[in-house]
Formats: sequence, structure tokens, C-alpha cells
Amino acid sequence: MKKMVKQMNKPSIQEDRYAPMLSPWRVKGKITLIFFLIIGLLFFSSLQTGVDLQALISGLSNMNQIIVKLFPPDPGIINLAMDRLIETIHMAIIASTFATIIVIPVSLLAARNLATNLFVYNITRFILNILRTIPDVVLAVIFVGLFGIGVFGGIVALFVFSLGILAKLISETVESIDMDSFEAMRASGASSVQAIAFAVVPQVLPQFTSFSLYVFEINIRASVVIGLVGAGGIGNLLMQQFSFYNYDAVMMIILIIFAVVVVIEYISGKIREAVI
Amino acid sequence: MALEQPPKKQIPTSKRIKRIAIALAVLAMYIWTFVSIDIDFARVIERASANFSRVLPRLFSPNWDMAGEVVEMMIETIFIAYVGSLAAAILAIPLGFLAAHNITNSKILTTIGKWILSAVRAFPEIILAILFVVVVGPTPFAGILAIAIGSTGMLGKLYSEVLESIDMNIVEAMKANGSNGLQIMFHGIFPQIIPEFLSYAIYRFEVDVRASTILGYVGAGGIGTMIFFAQSSRNWSDMGMILLVIIVVVTIIDYTSSYIRKRIV
Repeated sequence: MKKMVKQMNKPSIQEDRYAPMLSPWRVKGKITLIFFLIIGLLFFSSLQTGVDLQALISGLSNMNQIIVKLFPPDPGIINLAMDRLIETIHMAIIASTFATIIVIPVSLLAARNLATNLFVYNITRFILNILRTIPDVVLAVIFVGLFGIGVFGGIVALFVFSLGILAKLISETVESIDMDSFEAMRASGASSVQAIAFAVVPQVLPQFTSFSLYVFEINIRASVVIGLVGAGGIGNLLMQQFSFYNYDAVMMIILIIFAVVVVIEYISGKIREAVI
Repeated sequence: MALEQPPKKQIPTSKRIKRIAIALAVLAMYIWTFVSIDIDFARVIERASANFSRVLPRLFSPNWDMAGEVVEMMIETIFIAYVGSLAAAILAIPLGFLAAHNITNSKILTTIGKWILSAVRAFPEIILAILFVVVVGPTPFAGILAIAIGSTGMLGKLYSEVLESIDMNIVEAMKANGSNGLQIMFHGIFPQIIPEFLSYAIYRFEVDVRASTILGYVGAGGIGTMIFFAQSSRNWSDMGMILLVIIVVVTIIDYTSSYIRKRIV
């Protein structure tokens, strides 16, 4: 009796023998094993990559030196940077526009519920999967190699890069639509183009707009990065100043990029909220 | 006999004006873009006709002698991504809690948290890598720091969204029963969020592998260094090998990670 009262006063899971245990030992053992695996891998990779916390600490304690290196940002570069920034935005606009146009047939081919020919569907899927594994900068290196240093190679690289992302997002949206209206239209004699235009398009249009804006956002960021490898725009200027050890100018350019990315993300986020 | 058409939907004038204004703005943007973009098509065509036959065949005949070295660098890249995303997965937890409005219950703290996260997110990884190369020198460690900071922004945002969607009834019930903050945290909140947090962290690792392939370009370690050398020496068959290794490794990691994520959630 006394024991029971004691138990009632102290209701804790550990003492209640009748409650089923949430993690039996087998699960616990597995989780512990995975945990040690993760930690072990962490130590191994830290050793391999030469993680040097001392370098970070001494680097951070030399902060005043670095601040002297990076600050004050050089305002002399602003005019040039603005010119290049506009070039970057233009690259992103053109690449996103062409990607959103070309993605329409591609995503229809890569959507399982609309694909009539499984062979074409699989091939499209396969190519898109490969395309998405290639980092944007590597694409830029290849297209700059093909088309020479300048804006054009960058635009082609951005186009291919955003096509990969957009086609996946949109084909998944197309796959998730309600097929009843499509089938009803087909059954009442509409051609497949008519059925797509009136049954599929209205269902995917909001997502399509939203994803296109999202890809434009990604493209702004990517076009900064691909400039580093010679594809034009503000990234090119950044790399130039970086290789001259001109850190004041580097900092100024980074601040400008930061401001633009924040502003464009804000605007595009507002538009996307309004659309969906 | 004319078929009876359904009545046309009335569009209010204000909406119509708004639509026309938007259309004009978009049109103006395109005109501005295409007028001021500076593409020298003659040069592009000239370069392309000279390069296609030179670059493409060599890109598609990878230099297998390089395979060992490339794979070694790719493994270093994976290590960078691993340490970086693990650090980010941990760093993002406090920030995620800070940016979730149902946890902090304070508008100011949430706004601060959201601002920190979006400020961090605005920096592309490679620009963070440039900054860290200046701070710690051109080592893989700079790459790890860049990945860690860069991923924290995105992960923190995803974490805070998960936190905002949890079932608060449990938390309130525990509070009403007199649990303290730590107890609520461990028994009320953690069990609800751990699967999603893990799944996002693994997804982020996937993204980070892709992102860290380019860090070497600015000296922050990994396979990017080889991309830099292959580009500057115009060695396209080396580039083909690098590309092949990246595609294969990224595909394997994507499949493994999506398999694990399906098991977790």
C-alpha cells in the first residue's frame, strides 16, 4: 500500500513497469551504432581534410588583420560593379525565360501520366537526372570552353542548369494533377493538345509561375557564381579582384551581391505568395 | 442556330489596369534586357565552330589515367561536405528554434532569427569560401567552414518550418502538468521533430556534395582544384574524367540518401 502511494506521487515512466518501452534494446543498440558510425566518420574525415580548429581560432583572433584586409569596402569599384551586376541580372532573365519556354514540352514528356511512349519518357528522365547532377560551375566551365569567355556561354550554362531543375519540379506537378478532367475531354473527342491546354494547363499554372520565379532566384545566385569561371557578370569581376588580392574591392562586391540577392528574393517571394 | 454562350466573367476595371501595368512592366524589362545585353554573336559562332570539334570529342573520351587521382579528390570533396553538413545540422538547431514563432513566443526574437537565417542564406557557398580562404588560408578546412555556414541558413529555415508545424497540444498538456522547459523539450518537442530534422540534414548533405565540388576553384579543397587546373590548361579529357566521377558519385549519393530518407520519415 505504502509502495503504491509512493508510486502515485512520483509518476515517472521509468518506474511504471506496465508501460510498454518506447525503444526496446534492439532499436537502442542500432541507434547507438549509427551514432558512433557518424562520429567515427566525422573524425576520419576531419583528419583527412585537415580540420584545424587552431587555424580557425588564430584566424579569428587575427580578425583585426582580416578586417583591415576586407574593410573598409572600396567604394571606387561601385560603378564598375553595378554595370556588371546589371549584366548578371540580364543573364539570369534571359536564361530563365528560355528555360521556362523550353521546359513546357520537356516536362510533358517527363510526366508519367501524360507519357504515351515509355521509351521517350525514360530517356527524358535519364537525361534530366544526369543534367541535375552536374554543378552549375562545371556547366559554365564547359560552355565557356565551347563559346569563348563572355556572356553567351554563361547564359547557355544557366539555361541548361535551370532547365534541369525546372523540368523536375514541373513534371512532378503535372504528375500530381487530377486526371479525370483530362480523360473526360479525351473521351468527348478533344485532341491531346486541346486536352492538355484546357485540362492540364489550368491546374499547373500557379505552380508553374511560382517555380519559374524560384528558378529565376536560383539563377541570380548561380549567375554570380558562374562568373567566377569566366562566364561574364559580377562574378567575373569578383574573381579578378580576388586574384589581384584586392580584398577591399572583393568585400564591396560581396556586399553588393548580398544586397541584390536579398532584394530579389524578397520581391519574388512576395509575388509567389500572391500567385499561389 | 447560334449556340448559347455562358455569360463572360466580369473583370473589374482596377484589376484590368493592374494586369495591363504588370504586362507593361514585364515587357519593359525584356526590352531593357535584350537591348542592353552585349553578345558578340559573330565571335560566339566563330569560337563555337572552332571549339565544337576540338572540345566535345575529348570531353566524351575521359582520361582514364587520371581516374585514381580524381576519385581521391572526390573522396576529399565528400569529406568536406560531410563535416560541413554535420556541423550545419547542429548549428542550425538553435537558430531553427529561435526562428520558430511557436517556440519563442516573441515576435522580436523570431524576426531576429529569421533575419539571421536569410542573411546567411543570401551568400552563395563559393563566396563564403572566398571569405574563409582569406581567413584560414587555402585549405579544405576553408571549404568545410563555407559549407557549414552556407547550409546553416537553409537548414535553420527548414528546421523552423518543421517546428512551427508540430502539435502544440502536447507541449501545452505537459506545461499544464508542471513539466519544466527541459522536460518539454526532450519528451514533447524532440520526438516530433527528429525524423524530419534528420531527413532534412541528409538531404542537405546531398546538396552539399554538389556544392563542394566547386569550392576548390577558389582554393578551398576538393575536386574543384582539378576543375581549375583542367580549365586553365584546356585539358578537356581530364575534364571529362572529372565530370564522369562527379555524375556517378552524386547519383549514387542521391539514391542512397533518398532511400535512407524514405526509411526515416
